Amino acid sequence: MLSNIRTIWEILRHSFRRPETIQYPEQKPYLAPRFRGRIILSRDPDGEERCVACYLCAAACPVDCIALQATEDGYGRRYPAFFRINFSRCILCGFCEEACPTLAIQLTPDYEMCEYDRQNLVYEKEDLLISGPGKYPDYNFYRVAGLAIAGKDKGEAENESEPVDTHTLLP
Amino acid sequence: MNPILRQIIIIVVVMAAVLTASAGLIWLERRLLALWQDRRGPNRVGPFGLMQVTADMIKIFFKEDWIPPFADRPVFVIAPALLVVTVLMSFAVVPFAPGFVVSDLNVGLLFFLAMTALGVYGIALGGWSSNNKYALLGAIRATAQMLSYEVFMGLALMGVVILAGSFNLSDIVEAQKNLWFCIPQFPGLVIFIIAGFAETHRLPFDLPEAESELVAGFHSEYSGIKFGLFFVGEYLGVTLISAMIVIFFFGGWLGPFLPPILWFVIKTFVFICGFILLRASLPRPRYDQLMSFAWKVLLPLALLNLIITGGIVLAVG
Amino acid sequence: MVTIYIEGKAYKIKQGQNLLQACLGLGFDLPYFCWHPALGSVGACRQCAVKRFKDENDTRGEIVMACMTPADDGTRISINDPEAVQFRASVIEWLMINHPHDCPVCDEGGECHLQDMTVMTGHNYRHSRFPKRTHRNQDLGPFINHEMNRCIQCYRCVRFYRDYAGGSDLNALASHDHVYFGRFQSGPLESEFSGNLVEICPTGVFTDKSLKSHFTRKWDLQTAPSVCVHCGLGCNTIPGERYDELRRIRNRYHHQVNGYFLCDRGRYGYEFVNSTQRIRHPLRQAGSREEAKLMMETEALELAAAMLADPGKVIGIGSPRAFLESNFALRALVGPERFHAGLSDSDFKCLGTGCNILQRGPVPAATLQGVALADAAFVLGEDVTQTAPLMALNLRQMRYGKSVRIVSDFQVPEWHDAGVREIGQLQSPALFNATPYPTRLDDEAMRTVYAAPHDLVRLGFAVLAALDASVFPMPDVNDAMQALANEIAQALLKAERPLLVAGTGCGNPALIEAAANMAWYLGRKGSAAAFALCVPECNSLGLRLMGGLDLNSAFQAIDEGRADTVVILENDLYRRADAQAVDAMLQKARNIIVIDHQQTATSEKAHLVLPAATFAEATGTLINNEGRAQRGYAVMPPKGAVRAGWRWLQMLMKAAGHAGASSWLRLENLTADLVKDMPVFQPVAGLDPKPAMPTPGGKLPRQSHRYTGRTAMHADIDVSEPKPPADEDAPLAFSMEGYDGRPPAGLISRVWAPGWNSEQSLNKFQSEIGGPLRGGDPGRRLIEPPASDDIRYFAMPEQEILPGADEYLLVPIHHIFGSEELSMASPGVARQAPQPYLALRPEDAPVGDGEQVRLLVSGKSLVLPLKLLPGMPERTAGLPDGLPGVPKMVLPAVVKILGKGSIEK
Repeated sequence: MLSNIRTIWEILRHSFRRPETIQYPEQKPYLAPRFRGRIILSRDPDGEERCVACYLCAAACPVDCIALQATEDGYGRRYPAFFRINFSRCILCGFCEEACPTLAIQLTPDYEMCEYDRQNLVYEKEDLLISGPGKYPDYNFYRVAGLAIAGKDKGEAENESEPVDTHTLLP
Repeated sequence: MNPILRQIIIIVVVMAAVLTASAGLIWLERRLLALWQDRRGPNRVGPFGLMQVTADMIKIFFKEDWIPPFADRPVFVIAPALLVVTVLMSFAVVPFAPGFVVSDLNVGLLFFLAMTALGVYGIALGGWSSNNKYALLGAIRATAQMLSYEVFMGLALMGVVILAGSFNLSDIVEAQKNLWFCIPQFPGLVIFIIAGFAETHRLPFDLPEAESELVAGFHSEYSGIKFGLFFVGEYLGVTLISAMIVIFFFGGWLGPFLPPILWFVIKTFVFICGFILLRASLPRPRYDQLMSFAWKVLLPLALLNLIITGGIVLAVG
Repeated sequence: MVTIYIEGKAYKIKQGQNLLQACLGLGFDLPYFCWHPALGSVGACRQCAVKRFKDENDTRGEIVMACMTPADDGTRISINDPEAVQFRASVIEWLMINHPHDCPVCDEGGECHLQDMTVMTGHNYRHSRFPKRTHRNQDLGPFINHEMNRCIQCYRCVRFYRDYAGGSDLNALASHDHVYFGRFQSGPLESEFSGNLVEICPTGVFTDKSLKSHFTRKWDLQTAPSVCVHCGLGCNTIPGERYDELRRIRNRYHHQVNGYFLCDRGRYGYEFVNSTQRIRHPLRQAGSREEAKLMMETEALELAAAMLADPGKVIGIGSPRAFLESNFALRALVGPERFHAGLSDSDFKCLGTGCNILQRGPVPAATLQGVALADAAFVLGEDVTQTAPLMALNLRQMRYGKSVRIVSDFQVPEWHDAGVREIGQLQSPALFNATPYPTRLDDEAMRTVYAAPHDLVRLGFAVLAALDASVFPMPDVNDAMQALANEIAQALLKAERPLLVAGTGCGNPALIEAAANMAWYLGRKGSAAAFALCVPECNSLGLRLMGGLDLNSAFQAIDEGRADTVVILENDLYRRADAQAVDAMLQKARNIIVIDHQQTATSEKAHLVLPAATFAEATGTLINNEGRAQRGYAVMPPKGAVRAGWRWLQMLMKAAGHAGASSWLRLENLTADLVKDMPVFQPVAGLDPKPAMPTPGGKLPRQSHRYTGRTAMHADIDVSEPKPPADEDAPLAFSMEGYDGRPPAGLISRVWAPGWNSEQSLNKFQSEIGGPLRGGDPGRRLIEPPASDDIRYFAMPEQEILPGADEYLLVPIHHIFGSEELSMASPGVARQAPQPYLALRPEDAPVGDGEQVRLLVSGKSLVLPLKLLPGMPERTAGLPDGLPGVPKMVLPAVVKILGKGSIEK
């Protein structure tokens, strides 16, 4: 009984507290840089697509709302032929960002993406791709990967030695 | 003025005031709950969100008026009206100010009790005619709950009657000129408030519509304006019980400086807020706790209160 | 049975295993790289270290390599011993020192043994700060992608390629940490089994190049158990589909059929499913693709009903590349007396003989596994490498078997690969290869002889005479042949498990008869003789067992006006018979209905073409060369108007007003009627295994539990996800729903086990390592030989065909890439196929190598480049069989060389 009265008293005291509510459209809340909002695909510092279409984001996605298809340019560089996120299914959990080995897929502090038609929530690669590196300005996957691509031959990545000359028997 | 015309004007004014108040309560409750939960509540429609009520009413009027095919149609339709009508009938005997009463019955208190007792039909029939197990369970709970609490609701008021020596509500108010009955009848007040909560099945006694167990209890199948009637009925009940508390224990319209009607409204408003405060703070008990509390604690208390009051009155007077 | 103790607990295991096999077989997770159940142990990678204890009081123990240590009775080991764990972690850290940071762009990622083992050993942080070694890659042709940086030097690739598959152009080059696995210089890999490197390589050095062009991770592929349709062996496969396209073929282990391996035709021939030559709508007045008119399904059926109005005048031509059920439905539509097998004349005869032998004889048809276990084999007239590639791969394992028998005297266990092969390199297995032209198996054979088919028949009967002159008369052969015959006969008599291989390759049934005679004789003598029949197509045997008339009688029926409507099921008649005869028939026939999935020369002449489903879109049964009925399940639902062949025929029957076909909407009911009608197919009735686990709808999922993009893959068309298509025919569903952790052996859609994402997870599906699948191998053999003692041997036929002056006897030369119709739609296979040529031995050649000659084959003149093929028999010419641009040879045939030719304008 006493605890009930105490509860009532505590609740009554809340009459004199400030409301926590932020008056959203007029007043914008502060969003941390790591806020998990709209998903984008970033580019590496050289301006090329970072995504190598490894399918890990799709595998990590708990609602299976990412579909893509890998393809290759003529020099061995992988990129997605199409990359589709169905935001009407997306729960903005950020697993895709965690799974991404090339820091390509990133969640941004933007959540104002409502549509009257659900179909408009299907984002293709053109809608997702931004022109900068996003949160990570320096990383370039192909600088550390062993694969040769246009402009980076074998042995030219970070911490790689010259390709082996198989014709020599010298140690 | 023609007494009949005067009576009709009073009826119209009372009806309009009570219905508006109960609709306004929707807004009030949401704002107050928000206040106590550190939110803002509805504040977009009109000034302070006051037009929220209008918006809600428009919405509820334009919703599809759906009667489930498995329901007992006539009963299903009548039930919500029954609830509202019985509560509205009780307002007939409420003296808002000296002479400002629809019908100054000399058995006003009994009439009030009778009408509240009838209110259970609205709920029981609504739940039963829905032909839905949750609705039926809700209705059964409501019936049992209301019957139980009615017993000592009446008993709690007998102390007041003894002190006032009348069943007429105006007389009861007048009898409190010197001392509000909340002092001599404090146990009666507590019991009556608790019983009032149970009668209006408001939180923490909203077991008939406990949404976590019974979907929405007796009105699971109701939608549109019929649901709206149940909704309004509940707020009417809240207003009624608050008004009755004021009349029986807090001197009705009595008070200095301000006009009597204003005193009555202010006092009633405070108790309505109290209803909402309790909703904001207390959890719902288990059903068996509710029932055993009624029969094992409140009933003996009410009887004890009656005996002691009677004894004192006999001894003194 | 012996008892070993792992972590102090006793386990009973089979004798003769090594510790690694034993541990894996018992379900323990022990990492390894260089060991492979088919390749044995060499102890190269040091990854499978465990601690062995002398006895129960020994607490120190010693670290041993599990794969090189026999699991003797009483062996005590610990896998989880901290020192062993530390040792394995260090080994993998060494192996990873030069491994590139590639996984996201590596095709192996997600099914990589190296990934699995790295996770299993717990190495997750790189300590080495030194630069990584790099290599340049080679172009290894259209099938295999090379990325040498990823190599961890386990040597599995060369052990498979050279030791197991007999290839010579892939090797370990250079020395110390420069070791390079590749060819001497860039160029296509020569072995027919190079595709297996994809599965053999524990990491991403060798990956599937055809998959790379439409890359999809393993978990994203919709897969189902299927059977290869590119030759008659019926290898089990797992095709994978994504976005309505067939993406790759992987091996599906079958202990008695293909084991762990596939040939490159089977692995890379799948692209006809996605081909632009696919027929996807009903077409009227087919003609060329551009002229054909698209029709609605209902229109097509109305038209067909009109065509089939007079049932007495309808004949049907079945197909050896169509499901058994489709052929049966056609037979039901036209009636058994008007059902024609749709086989070439020589195939019809050879297969007839073959079926007869299998059904009559007391000797069983050899399984492919049995082929590898033979201790003497005589291949009579069949170029096994090209017509039944995996049989050649298994014949190559005879050497290992022979070596095992020798080394067992020195107490070297069977799994000790290096030890066994050390001895084996000096041994030739008793493999005798008698073919009409030099073949790829010759290097493995003890004796090789090249002779014209009728001479090979004579050799066969000479061997018979050498086996027992009292039963078989001696044919007229020269001394060299006689000596060879004696040698073969001796080897066969000495053998415990002699094997006779013959087939349809030469188009001469007498070769099959001679081989059967030998098998029967040896079987009767008490040895476990077996007879392997090579058949050309995936359902050749099933079609022939169904009976039916030959193709010539179909031509006659049309010609004589007994029939005017012909229903052709999944068959290009121009590949079966002389073009003139086919032309004549198609011209004369009033109505031609073709049900096929590829645009062919025949479908272009049809009046109504109905789009059939390929093996990837339909469920049905195929009978392989040993008479094993195997069910292949649809991997993806057919799109649009495409239907399974049997389903079209059911609809035709309904349209034509045949009673009884209404229940054939489900495969089950069709099979039941098939079995009722033809008891020889009795085992087909129980082919569908029932999933043991209760699953939604009683079906197992075709998609892995990690399948991705379900809510996005079709979102560009409609944001609401479509309902998964229903599948009435299979115990599998086109969905992710359900548990497929331990499916019945016949329903293994993918191999995966927790922690084992690569093919190596197969260990968890086998009842013992390298043994049958849990619950028994799928498929059922239709024919088990009756134990009859009454053998009527075949007599040697008189069939001398002597070519006239400037004429040569024609033999078909088979090519793994090129001779088979469907696989040629794969760009890679087409690239590896030869250009048309005429082969002659240098002594007979009128012009030089590569020069054009004009020749006359069965009345048709054509100009082809000459290819000098040393070893071709005298007065024999070879033409590539089934190659586009080479006319169908009606065997036996002669070719007349008219002299130097030039290409006519």
